Amino acid sequence: MSENQKLTDVVMPQLAESLVSATIAKWLKQPGDKVEQYEPICEVITDKVNAEIPSTIDGVMSELIAEEGQNVAVGEVICRMAAAGQTAAPVVNQQAQEVPASAPTGASGDQSMRSRYSPAVQSLAAEHGVNLNAVQGTGMGGRITRKDLLAFVENGGAASQPQNTEVQGNQAAQSPFRDLPHANPAVTPEQYISKPPAPERNSGLHMTETPKIPPIEVERGGERETLIDVTPLRNAIATNMRQSVSEIPHAWTMVEVDVTNLVLLRNKLKDEFKRREGYNLTYLAFFLKAVVNAIKDYPIMNSVWAVNKIIVKRDINISLAVGTEDSVMTPVIQRADQKNIAGLAREIEELATKTRQGKLKLEDMQGGTFTVNNTGSFGSILSYPIINYPQAAILTFESIVKRPVVINDMIAVRSMANICLSLDHRILDGVICGRFLQRVKENIEAYTLDTKVY
Amino acid sequence: MAVMEYIDAIRLAIKEEMEKDESVFVLGEDVGVKGGVFTTTKGLLEQFGEERVMDTPLAESAIAGVAIGAAMVGMKPIAEMQYSDFMLPATNQIISEAAKIRYRSNNDWSCPVVVRAPIGGGIFGGLYHSQCPESIFFGTPGLKIVAPFTAYDAKGLLKAAIQDPDPVLFFENKKCYKMIQGDVPLDDYTVPIGEANLLREGADITVIGYSMPLHFCMQAAEELEKEEGITSHILDLRTLQPLDRDSIIEAVRKTGKVLIVHEDNKTGGVGAEVAAIISEECLFDLDAPIMRCCSPDVPAMPISPPMEKFYMLSKDKVKEAMRTLAIY
Repeated sequence: MSENQKLTDVVMPQLAESLVSATIAKWLKQPGDKVEQYEPICEVITDKVNAEIPSTIDGVMSELIAEEGQNVAVGEVICRMAAAGQTAAPVVNQQAQEVPASAPTGASGDQSMRSRYSPAVQSLAAEHGVNLNAVQGTGMGGRITRKDLLAFVENGGAASQPQNTEVQGNQAAQSPFRDLPHANPAVTPEQYISKPPAPERNSGLHMTETPKIPPIEVERGGERETLIDVTPLRNAIATNMRQSVSEIPHAWTMVEVDVTNLVLLRNKLKDEFKRREGYNLTYLAFFLKAVVNAIKDYPIMNSVWAVNKIIVKRDINISLAVGTEDSVMTPVIQRADQKNIAGLAREIEELATKTRQGKLKLEDMQGGTFTVNNTGSFGSILSYPIINYPQAAILTFESIVKRPVVINDMIAVRSMANICLSLDHRILDGVICGRFLQRVKENIEAYTLDTKVY
Repeated sequence: MAVMEYIDAIRLAIKEEMEKDESVFVLGEDVGVKGGVFTTTKGLLEQFGEERVMDTPLAESAIAGVAIGAAMVGMKPIAEMQYSDFMLPATNQIISEAAKIRYRSNNDWSCPVVVRAPIGGGIFGGLYHSQCPESIFFGTPGLKIVAPFTAYDAKGLLKAAIQDPDPVLFFENKKCYKMIQGDVPLDDYTVPIGEANLLREGADITVIGYSMPLHFCMQAAEELEKEEGITSHILDLRTLQPLDRDSIIEAVRKTGKVLIVHEDNKTGGVGAEVAAIISEECLFDLDAPIMRCCSPDVPAMPISPPMEKFYMLSKDKVKEAMRTLAIY
């Protein structure tokens, strides 16, 4: 009867509102593999994030329909699974096949339609757990009509109630997580086993690391070029960059900031902070705080061009450009204006780690209103960033370098850094941006050894 | 409350609305001095004068065009097409102008026109006086289409149509004019456009229809219940556009067996769309194939009486279809 076992179609889920398709990256289950509910069955790549698709049922993987690397529209079937315990449940088809052998004794005349069931009859039979074999058909050709079935159910003929609730109850009783305070069916056992986190770098460029090379396909052997597949992510970056550059008239400006006091402050705090919090207190957290406070003073920086209007966003959500070896992502620190320096440092740490582990979720990527890029982390002293469309501006922090600086006609050695700003010249002009950058500069230079990070 | 004929209910609706609202006026061929070829507008000229009851040339495109123009500047014209068969010269005005003006002008303009047109055969009218053109206009977004089958609905729907801010096609069935009588309140009531009406409750089959053939359905249902114990659930669409999807779905779920009945021919008729809605929404409720009982796909209503009888729906034809579905 295995060919009659009911197979459940698994479709490509709508991972985000705007998403129309996703690419199967890798099948984690092969035909014949046992699959538990919520266990990942495959990895998918979308324009925005990579995700795992969890199984919706307990069962056995039956058939892979979509191939690895194939782009599948949302709602299309990607594989079929056989539900566990299917054979124990009443199988309508099975009874249908037995009918000729054990036709009801009372039946007479034309029985050609006896085993042709209408959708209404099948739905009702499944709903009430009715064995259709036991129902007398009064329709044409001995067909069981909807009314026949309703009468059968009304007369108490229903064989048994659906047992789904009972089965679920048993499962819950056997669950190894039932006593855990956070018993959550969406969590797989693996997630409860604490694994030592893999060391992940969070900032800066590690020259010791060998850069990962994207998959290279050599065609027409012997020719002096190689072809690199454009990944969906690369394609998304390319599209966004081109849209930004072609739609937004970019202008650019830069200021120089004396960060000597900030360097001293951070050196004073960083070891203690690392011990207490378990993560690094980066310069970026201080910079971000300075930017967020400046945006509060100049809210127009936090806006979007909408052709006949300028939309000024009330929440300040900072998109943070985080580079990986082969891409750049812009996860978002939501409501950055509500956080102190320590809180920002924590967000930076978390988002950077998630980015490099490829674990960003869609909600991590949405809602950004202003972008900050820590270009100094890879040694740049000057950069011309492209605005993160459709925002109004993007700001970079460049490398901190010690330089001779003239102060009060004396030459001093100071730690200096450049701050660059690209702006949407439809919304912003030089004066407002100059003031904004001066405010960022003042905020950074106002850090002293007494500044509190909490 | 008074018992009156279907045609009197239509006349009463026009009269009441003209008394109530100065911007309502009537135009059409022979609507004035003659009072309409069916006497639908009889007495209106005497009461309201020739400026509000206008006889027009035999030019349906002009009747519709004038009415649409007047409606766009604030009047509420009731344009009469003497027979719906004659309406085709006006289709361009109705479909390309009236239906689209609100959309085309970004909601700046509207067109509160009513176009009345008698549909249906069975009066030995032959091919120029018997057609059911609703499928020509059906499926044109921007138009509302109503087709009453009782005197009560005729008055209520016509008043709703006159008051409606958008173009409404009012398809009255000419065979019903004198054949159908019913209780009609003399007060100011309307029947809402867009709502179907459940005529009869039953458990064996669902019959969905509109206009005159519903009388056949009701008679057949009564006989089937008496003779064979078959009970019918009968839904009058009343408004063809927009269709009352919820009521259709609800009526289908009641029995799972559906018969759609209309006098317009089968292919591409309103029933095809109703069947499509049912198959979209009610697959798991269906207990039998969706059936349609409609006029045959022949080019025109025959003038020969036996042939006309062959073409037209009747109580017996509908009853046979209902029985076939019930025993399926």
